[in-house]
Amino acid sequence: MKLIKFGNLLVIGLTLSVATLGCKHRPQNVTPLPGQRAGTVGDAGQGGLIGNGPGTGGEGASATPQGNPGEWANAARDEQKFQADTVHFDYDSSVVKSSEQSKVADVADYLKGNPASGLEIQGHCDERGTDEYNRALGERRALALREELIGLGVGGERIMTVSFGRSRPIDTGHSEAAHARNRRGMFVLLTK
Amino acid sequence: MKKYHYTNSLLVAAGLLGLATLAQAQNDDAIRINRNTEPGNTPPIWVSMSGFTGEAAAVLQFDLYVQGFGFTNAAGAQYLISGSNNGHVEGRVADRFNKSALVSKSYSGSSLRRQAHAFADDFVQALGRKGISQTKIAFNVGSANSEIYVADFDGHNPQAVTRDNTLTAAPCWVPGRFALCYASYKFNNPAIFYHDLSTGSRRTIAWYGGSNISPAASPDGRKVAMILSKDGWTDLYVADIDGSNLRRLTKSPEDESSPCWSPDSQWICFAARIKERRSLCKISVSGGLPQRIPTTGVLNPTEPDWSPDGKWIAFTAQMGGFEICVVPSQGGNVTELVQGEDPSWAPNSRTLVMARRNGGVLSLLDVPTKQVKDVTRVSSGVNSQPSWAR
Repeated sequence: MKLIKFGNLLVIGLTLSVATLGCKHRPQNVTPLPGQRAGTVGDAGQGGLIGNGPGTGGEGASATPQGNPGEWANAARDEQKFQADTVHFDYDSSVVKSSEQSKVADVADYLKGNPASGLEIQGHCDERGTDEYNRALGERRALALREELIGLGVGGERIMTVSFGRSRPIDTGHSEAAHARNRRGMFVLLTK
Repeated sequence: MKKYHYTNSLLVAAGLLGLATLAQAQNDDAIRINRNTEPGNTPPIWVSMSGFTGEAAAVLQFDLYVQGFGFTNAAGAQYLISGSNNGHVEGRVADRFNKSALVSKSYSGSSLRRQAHAFADDFVQALGRKGISQTKIAFNVGSANSEIYVADFDGHNPQAVTRDNTLTAAPCWVPGRFALCYASYKFNNPAIFYHDLSTGSRRTIAWYGGSNISPAASPDGRKVAMILSKDGWTDLYVADIDGSNLRRLTKSPEDESSPCWSPDSQWICFAARIKERRSLCKISVSGGLPQRIPTTGVLNPTEPDWSPDGKWIAFTAQMGGFEICVVPSQGGNVTELVQGEDPSWAPNSRTLVMARRNGGVLSLLDVPTKQVKDVTRVSSGVNSQPSWAR
């Protein structure tokens, strides 16, 4: 039984390694196996895809699929460029407040004027909330900013999101002021 | 006082033996938890110990305490544990009431520590229960940057699994294999890895755009549930354990986080928000609508973990602080136990490992008795996100 399973894995692994040749990133200090970027992706709509899950986004709600992270993996990263445009969020919220819209517009303007550039959006949380809850919340913050930028005319394939949850506070204090500083979305300029 | 213990311990032993017997009879829905094994409300089983010293004595005390045993003198104990550790462990356990010998054994090889663990397992198994003294845990060490570690369940013999020099998160064991799944930010955005611990080799099973986080391997070892944002929302997905055959199970801009599995690998339980209210849900692995699992009495449940015997779901309630709670797996009244986060069940379905932010330490909690002991800490950073091998 184990042999059969291993055989199957090998076949899948080899197939995928052919499919994804050119994947440059391999973990160090481990023996690389025939790698795959992301397995064989079944299209949404196939088989077990269900309708709206809990708390649906309402009729017609949709989101913009993300690009391939490998395409921007070797890009030069500028974390200073948009430092003044760091967006702050309310407690336990991923809503981009109207007071923050001008920062998003700033970033959108730059990207529209520099079509070869890409953007990484980092979502962060305060320390309240459990680790994986915060990791999902930080991602929702980054995704909300991404949708805003797409709405302003920036192509979604240029915008990556990453959540750091509560792992990387800029203020290690425990006050509400510290929490407020840590609930943020940060923009990193990517240049290929 | 002693008389109470004596009476209670008899009842508890009877209850536990009953449970163990019933656990072997599969799918018997008529079974009810004996009152005396209620979470947080059960007295320990009293034992006495003589003849052991130093490390062997410490190991036995730790192992038995976190499985619901309490230590007293011979006059107050139900089980009399005796033995020696001169070069190797010899151990005996006698039932003080019916005079029978439950265990009488001499151990050799490996270390005194291992021998003492094996003796603890032999005693617990003689009571018809599953021993946990030779099991492993995986966990995360660090905060701004972290690495994945594995160790004995008491924290001894820690070994680093990753050396990624970045963030790692949410290790989980792949049941039935000596392997882990976890997230690492090695490629900048978090990707999910499958890591074979016997060969040291690993590969990505999900590296899509956005965050690929919170992997949970199914109890049959064949599938992995995870939270991905590749389609623009944080949703629940399931794939084969090698990452192939990916399917999306939810489609919502709302919260979905922290999946775990029912023991039959048919249901995925996760934390979600429904109509502005956070709750635990379960969804069939083949799709369909999520069903709420009521957690009466607490708010903001997260980080569920389904007990291997199927009866309970442990989780963290976020109510200002963090409370470890258990609820019957079909939902119902919640029992709040102690402060802590991210519980993971031991194979015995009664001991939990959890994280405590204060001190950055992992602790073991025996759910029926609420007895708690800290796990030996890996000192290089905050220890968190434990997963018990089972």
